[in-house]
Parts: sequence; structure tokens; C-alpha cells
Amino acid sequence: MPEAQFPVPTMAELKAKSETPEVLFWVGCAGSFDDRYKRVTRAFVRILNAAKIRFAVLGTEETCTGDPARRAGNEFLFQMQALNNIQVLNGYGVNKIVTACPHCFNTLKNEYPELGGKYEVVHHSTFLQQLIAAGRIKIEGGSFRGKKITYHDSCYLGRANNIYEAPRSVLEALDSDLVEMKRCRTTGLCCGAGGAQMFKEPEKGKKDVNVERTEEALATGATTIAVACPFCMTMMSDGIKHKNRESDIVVRDLAELIAEAQG
Amino acid sequence: MIQQILFLITLGTAIYFIRNRIMRIRSTIKLGKAIVINDRSDERLRNLLLVAFGQKKMFKRPVPAILHFFIYAGFLIINIEVLEFVIDGIVGTHRIFAPYLGTFYNVLMNGFEFLAVTVMLACVIMLVRRNLLKIKRFWSAEMTLWPRLDANIILITEIVLMMAILTMNASDQLLQQRSVEHYTGTGPLLFSGVIAPVLMDLDTSALIGVERAAWWFHIVGILAFAVYITYSKHLHIFLAFPNTYFAKLEPKGHMENMPVVTNEVRMMLGMAAGSSEPPPTPGRFGAKDINDLSWNHLLAAYSCTECGRCTSECPANITGKKLSPRKIMMDTRDRMEEVGASLAKNGSGLNDGKSLLGSYITKEEINACTSCNACFEACPVMINPMEIILELRRYIAMEESGSPVAWNSMFQNIETNFAPWKFSPADRFNWANEIKK
Repeated sequence: MPEAQFPVPTMAELKAKSETPEVLFWVGCAGSFDDRYKRVTRAFVRILNAAKIRFAVLGTEETCTGDPARRAGNEFLFQMQALNNIQVLNGYGVNKIVTACPHCFNTLKNEYPELGGKYEVVHHSTFLQQLIAAGRIKIEGGSFRGKKITYHDSCYLGRANNIYEAPRSVLEALDSDLVEMKRCRTTGLCCGAGGAQMFKEPEKGKKDVNVERTEEALATGATTIAVACPFCMTMMSDGIKHKNRESDIVVRDLAELIAEAQG
Repeated sequence: MIQQILFLITLGTAIYFIRNRIMRIRSTIKLGKAIVINDRSDERLRNLLLVAFGQKKMFKRPVPAILHFFIYAGFLIINIEVLEFVIDGIVGTHRIFAPYLGTFYNVLMNGFEFLAVTVMLACVIMLVRRNLLKIKRFWSAEMTLWPRLDANIILITEIVLMMAILTMNASDQLLQQRSVEHYTGTGPLLFSGVIAPVLMDLDTSALIGVERAAWWFHIVGILAFAVYITYSKHLHIFLAFPNTYFAKLEPKGHMENMPVVTNEVRMMLGMAAGSSEPPPTPGRFGAKDINDLSWNHLLAAYSCTECGRCTSECPANITGKKLSPRKIMMDTRDRMEEVGASLAKNGSGLNDGKSLLGSYITKEEINACTSCNACFEACPVMINPMEIILELRRYIAMEESGSPVAWNSMFQNIETNFAPWKFSPADRFNWANEIKK
């Protein structure tokens, strides 16, 4: 089925029309290139359109925030990326940024200010929560009622930035049966991808971190594992594959669940 | 009089050793980079009061928290009695506070005895947890002979010291009943009263002997323990306070900036230098040895009591990787002690051919970190092992170009394609092709 069509304006297009958006949607590398997370990007854009948010993206002007380079120790590369991005963002006079990637979110929010990039940065979980609270998103309840969903905390949202409740309240708005894993919120177990682990094989050990976490998620009896991070998405999906549970367990981003509930 | 002189000699010796150790620890911490931490003092004080004094983070695990709280309360309050011991020892008095406090002295002493009993009980349970129940975090790889012994020495010493207080009070009460001179009335003491009958058959001079021996044992024991602490993980009883005060206040996800790199990158990009004065060039990018770390990281290493909460929450460690955040702190401290001892003997110090990275911590360990902050979150005294790990990674990446091959290709991808994967930057907006109107 072809997806519905929406406008996806870029900053450059708006600037040509002397317009400024309410918010810049920072897509991130995974959201731009990873086939699975591109679906999340499109779902989020669909929600933004439905909620009549005046947004824009950078399109091909966006580049990696530098997070994986910094976590892997390459401060030069990080700062090259950061200073270039800040130049672009400041050039467009960006004030507010929303992103669906907790790693981009953390870097933009916490690490760009001291390099000259000061913006109001919101993660899409908080953004969605605010839209729901303001009544700008209409959710057709029913399809999720009583469905067991477990939420996997992303380290870069949770411990790194104390965002524990926004994603949960988004899930509660779906009228679903939210079940918690044994390790959740401040003690939530990492999916295994943070700190640039996404970009290399794990060290020798007795188990992969994502398998450990997937087993914990499966133990809740939930049929949907909700995530709010592209790396968690990859790691949890791989974990489900590893456990041969693709037929009965799905891994979904918050934006996908909301978009689905919008009908 | 002889007792007074002996006491002064004992006290002086203890002070001498403790002072030397404090100077050593201080100078070793000062090997770290001299960063300035003087911002947001109200928030820092709040952390000190809530986390160190109030034990807030301990209570995430209630059972050890309660046991620890008994010992902590005992330590804080029984020190009032130690003060009396010291004054008595110097002046040659016996229970100098008693006449001033009247009946309250009896309440105080019973309170101390209650605490002494709870301390003993808590220590016994902790010994059982460590040695019989063999709780996992006390037996992981870095818990070699010395760290395990250190923990047991501390617990046993505390039990023995508390037994000395109770024995002293028991004999003291019997001496009071026999109206022996000097033995001021304390009123009935409930806990030592229970063991007093054991000493009932001793004659008065033997009883005085027991009382004096217990008194001396307790005070010498405490002074010796105070010296021992400075060599032990038990140093946390003092350093937890400054460590929580100087702990990171930014969101946990924030990574320390390197202004010196900013300046170089700005020049490379043809931008004007940011700040007015260029920051001093570091000897190295990142950290290879302890002097490349900041002093607050080194203070943290001395504040670690090796409880292992960090390691038990570390995703890498849980899944069998070599990384253990506790070991990072223990290694840092061991290296500090090694360099400190060498410098004290005018030895080669930092130039001994060894370094924290390589001689103590391997690349395999630090490469396994997911930077998830579980270790920092778990630490009851706000130690952040991740900061040390990331500084070591910076050294490997920027000074040695020794990062894992996959990371080097990731770096290359970011440099050439502006994404960590090998995709053309021109394709970045293709995700919208199917939906764009």
C-alpha cells in the first residue's frame, strides 16, 4: 500500500519563502538511512502533519551530530561535526529542535551549548506527550486496549536525561496494558548499543547485551516492545530474531504506535 | 600519671602516622589535572547532605542500606564517647562527662550501648553475606585476596571494638557497685549489664585490670583503625563527603568538553577562535595515566569502598565482558598509591615505565563500555567510572589511533559521508521520497 502523501518542507525551502517553522525535526542518521527507522521517521512526519505542526527538516544539509565519534574517543571529529552543524543551525536561526534519536537529543541538548549552539531541544517522546496533552493528536482508542506493551528505557533518555515518564504516558494514552521489566527506569538495562557499540562487534563475553535485555522483555509476557531510540530498535529487533519470536512479538517506536492509533 | 604519658605517646604516634598518610593522599590526588570546581555550591551542598550524610542512594537496596545505616549511625554517635576517652586519657580523669550530664549521661551511655550492639549485629550479618552467602558482587574477578581481606578486617575490627566497649562498661558497673574510688556512677547500663555476671567472680583488682585493659584496647584499637583506614577502602567514611560535593551536576549524558580541541578545530575550519584566551595545551589528549585525569577523578578513586553496585549493574559485566567499573576505580587507586609511594622515596614516580592504561586497564575492558551510566547511577557516593573510561578512549583514539578497526571505519564514514554508515550524503533525504507531496 503506498503511504499517504504529506509535505516535508526543508529549511532551505522555507527560507526561500521567508518563512520560519515552529520546530526543526532533526531526523538523525538512523532515521535517514536505516530502513527500519525510516518508517519511524515517516510515522513521526505523519503525526506532525496531522497535528498541524509547522515543521521543517534540514534534508541533505543535516549531518551526524558527532555523538558516536565522541563516545569512541575521537573528540576532533566530534567537534568538526558539531561546529559545522551549529553553523548551519545558527544560520537558519533555529530555536527549537525535535528529534526521535536520544543520542542526537543528548548531544544537541547537552553538548552543543558550550560550542555555541543553544536551542530548545525536545525528544519526540516528550513532544508526543505534549501533543496528546494539548489535544492536538486524536487517538482512536480500541486497537491497543488491554494489549500488553513493555517499554524499554533508552539510556540516553532515561539516566542520561531523566526522561522516564513522557514515553510511558504516551503509551498509557493508547489505553494499553503497560507492563514493566524487572530492570526499568533508573535501573533499566542498556540494549547494548550505546557508547558507539552500535558500530562494532561486542567484546568477548558469555552473552550479548541485547539478548539479555530481550529475555527480560519477553519475561513480561508483552507482545509489543516499545522503544524510543533507533539503536534500541535495532538491538531489540535483533534480540527477538535471535529468540525466534518474530511471529508473535513486535518492536515498535512510540511514533509508530501513535501513528497506528490515529488510524 | 604513667597512663597519661603512655596515652599521650600513643595518641601522638597515631596522629603522626595519620598526618603522614593525609599528606600523601593529598599530594597523590594533586597529581591530577588542576581543574576548578566552584560553581553551584548550593546544589553541591544538597548532594553532600542528601547523598553522603543522608545516605539517600544507599536505600535503593534496602537490606544492605539498613545494615550500613546501623554502622554509620554508630560511627557518628559513638565518636562522642571517643572524645570522652581522649580527654580522660590526657587529663587522667574517668568519665569526665558524667558529672556534667547527670542522669542524661545514663541515657547517653545506654544509647551508645544500643548502637554498639546494633553495629555488632550488622557487622556479623555483613560477614555472613560476604563469606557464607557469597553475594556475587563481593566475589567478582577484581575481588582478589586483599580486597576481600580488607573488607573482613574492617568488619571484624568493628565487632571487636564494640565488644571492648561493652566489656569495659560491664566491669565498670561492677566496680561502681563495689564503690571503688574513681568509678563514677553511670546508672544501670542495660546491654553491658547482661554480660556483667560473667565478671562477677573476679576480685576488685582483677576487675580494675579488665576495665583498664578494655579501655586501652578500645582507644588503641580505634587509633590503630584510624591509621589502617587510610590504607583501606574504608577511607570512604571521610571522602564520601567531598566526593559527593564535587560530583558531576550536569545531566549524566553530558560529556566533558575539550576546549583545546575546539580552538584547533575552529582554526581548521577558518572560524575565529571562540574564547578570548587560548586554553593551555594539554600534555596529552585524553588520559593514559593518572596525571592526565582531573583531581576529582582521583579523589573518587580514594572514595570508592568497592561495594560493587556499579559492576553489578554494568551491562557489559553482566554479560561476561571483562569490563568492571569497580575495577576501573580500584586500578586508578592502586596506580595512585604506586606512584605516590615511589615519589615519596624520590623514585621515578610516573616515569616508571608503567601507566594506568596498559599496565592496569586494558583496551578490551574500556572498549566494552556502552556509556549507559548505570555505574554512575548505582554508586552510593556518586563516583563516575565512565568519565575515566571515556578519557582513556580519547587517548587511544587521538594519540594512538588505536581504536577498534570498526570504529576507525565509522570515523572515516563520518568524515567522508557525514554519517557513521557508508551512505552517500546525497541520499540522506531519500526517506521522504515515498511520502513527499
